[in-house]
Amino acid sequence: MDPSLPAVAPSGAAAAVPRGGMAPPAGDRRERAPRGPGLPPPSGEDLAAGPPPAEGPLLHLLRSAGFRFALLFAALFAVSILAFALVLWWGTAGALDRQTNAVLRADALALEERWREAGASGAAEAIEERLAVDAEAESIYFLRAPDGRRLAGNLDRWPPEMEDASAVWADLSVTHDGQRSEARLHAIRLPGGHRLLVGRDVSDKIRLRQLLAEGLIWAAGFALLFALFGAWLLRRALETRLRPAFRTAAAIAGGDLRQRVRLTGLGDEFDRLGATMNAMLDRIDRLMAGVKGVSDAIAHDLRTPIARARAKLEDALRAAPDGAATAEEARALRAAIEEGIADLDAVTRVFQALLRIAEAEAGARRAAFAPLDLVPLLADLAEFYGAAAEAAGQRLETDLPASVPLTGDRDLLLQAVANLLDNAVKFGPPGGTVRLSARALPGEPGPAGAALVAEVTVADEGPGIAPADRARAGERFFRADASRNTPGSGLGLSLVLAVAHLHRGELVLEDARPGARPPGLRARLRLASG
Amino acid sequence: MRILLVEDDAEVARFVRKGLQEAGHVVEHAANGRDGLFLAASEQFDLLVLDRMLPGGVDGVRLVETLRAQGNRTPVLFLSALSAVDERVRGLKAGGDDYLVKPFAFAELLARVEALGRRPAGDAPVTRLRVADLELDLLSRTVTRGGKRIEVQPREFRLLEHLMRHAGQVVTRTMLLEKVWDYHFDPQTNVIDVHVSRLRQKLDKGFDKPLIHTVRNAGYMIRAD
Repeated sequence: MDPSLPAVAPSGAAAAVPRGGMAPPAGDRRERAPRGPGLPPPSGEDLAAGPPPAEGPLLHLLRSAGFRFALLFAALFAVSILAFALVLWWGTAGALDRQTNAVLRADALALEERWREAGASGAAEAIEERLAVDAEAESIYFLRAPDGRRLAGNLDRWPPEMEDASAVWADLSVTHDGQRSEARLHAIRLPGGHRLLVGRDVSDKIRLRQLLAEGLIWAAGFALLFALFGAWLLRRALETRLRPAFRTAAAIAGGDLRQRVRLTGLGDEFDRLGATMNAMLDRIDRLMAGVKGVSDAIAHDLRTPIARARAKLEDALRAAPDGAATAEEARALRAAIEEGIADLDAVTRVFQALLRIAEAEAGARRAAFAPLDLVPLLADLAEFYGAAAEAAGQRLETDLPASVPLTGDRDLLLQAVANLLDNAVKFGPPGGTVRLSARALPGEPGPAGAALVAEVTVADEGPGIAPADRARAGERFFRADASRNTPGSGLGLSLVLAVAHLHRGELVLEDARPGARPPGLRARLRLASG
Repeated sequence: MRILLVEDDAEVARFVRKGLQEAGHVVEHAANGRDGLFLAASEQFDLLVLDRMLPGGVDGVRLVETLRAQGNRTPVLFLSALSAVDERVRGLKAGGDDYLVKPFAFAELLARVEALGRRPAGDAPVTRLRVADLELDLLSRTVTRGGKRIEVQPREFRLLEHLMRHAGQVVTRTMLLEKVWDYHFDPQTNVIDVHVSRLRQKLDKGFDKPLIHTVRNAGYMIRAD
């Protein structure tokens, strides 16, 4: 219950008190602990800390993860479609081109052979023969004399693009047999300055190639549509399958330990994830039940003997005067017994405080949360403790708005603020002022990811808590050296902290009057709703 | 009063029984829930004092639920080692009228027993409470002593009302905390004493006879003499 009393508490920055026990000096363990090593950090909010009914954080996460998967899926699909089209193209249009080239090369070679055997007239004769049997008029020939004359062939003139002796292959638009057409041409040089041009009309092949290209483009377009649709389906399926797990996790975080992930029975990865979660929850449930059983058992097994001892002492107190020989002895005996009873009552109080803290920390009381208005509760407490402050020669001032709504645990909130007021009155100097104020917060994000909606502040003019001790002030039984000789169990702030955590909020301790001496303590209990 | 005590711990039972008998009550004792239920259902008692956890298959909550289901309205005071807020709420919901956590001071138990057992019979609503020359009007919410109006705060009015409803009986600090303020925690200070002494000052100012008396090691009592 006691903050420390160092006389020289420099005006330091406010320190949020960590969760009790052996917590690190800053930050909330809950925020970091449950994240596995292999998982990428969830983009944005913390999944476990999201408010139970709101699905924002998970949907957000899903959106990104699902979107990434869907994108990957679409990209893979597109790449495979592209590869397929390339292979198809190479195997059809490409094969036709290669075939044409091979035919032209073979034809040119054959004619060159003929030239060697029978001279120019022989070659010309062979060309005329070929043209005569070409029913489809696909073949193109031009045998040119060194002076440019046409010795044989069906081409009107030697194409100027192939005038250059180095031009061997070309795709050109030419006129043969009186019609213009697209042609594949192959030119070779013959001995004596003659040149031979062999070609094929490829108009049909080009049409075929266009058809093929069109077909491929349409196919690719449809494939892309399917890919997008598939990606959307994938994302939706992922969301649908993950939602039960999320809902359960959110309900558990909200304190309802009975929730389990609904399984589809397919036995797939999602079912395995759900089953693993359920197994984990069963275990947590058993542990919680065990803890409850143990604390019930401790409550019973410890309280009953204390009750017996207290009963015996009370009995003895009634009998003592008769049993003692002298009045002096009787008085001493009576005093000793009364002290024993007082000690037992102190033990009971500490025990009771520990049970309360455990109760709050277990989060089981979240089930008992109800909507309430803090202001009348605080006004009552102020009136109640105002009498104590007055008796201690202090004043209790309040600054309360018309209403501060909150969903929470009335009894524990009352006790938390009562502990803060009790501390303030206990450590404040005579003639000093204790200030109790409250305000609604605009939903700023708290340490557990929940939106903070209310703040209750208790400020005193006492010695405050040294910044170095603030982080430890909420630990059980922590008492700064300076407060060792004041009454109290060292559990008061632990309870306040546990209540803050139960309401997914925080306890901030800071100097009430920075720079002044003594600096005073301002305790701000910041709470989330529900 | 004729009181049925159902408590499995022999020593606590003996202590409670002896104390209640010394205070002038008749006490029957049952050591388990089954016997307790049998006695409670077959005989007439003014009050039941029940341990919350009992052996024999019928615990305190079950016992009360069974009795209430049979239409038995005998007041019930729970004694329990379970202090969790939920446990208290469960005990009261089941039909208990008061809940006292072990270990307890006997004075606390006795005060609660007498407060429960001597509740005004009949349903006629009381509109006016009177102790000696002190009068409290529940309708106009005014306090007068010897015909002279005394101004009190709303909370002081409730405090005085509770004391006057139990005039002649000891009312403990915890009872006041629970019944007047509805607080179920230990305020760690003597705040109740401060509130009572304020009220006492207002009531006794200008009068010779004090009305609110402090009962050592127990609490307070308002009475005429």
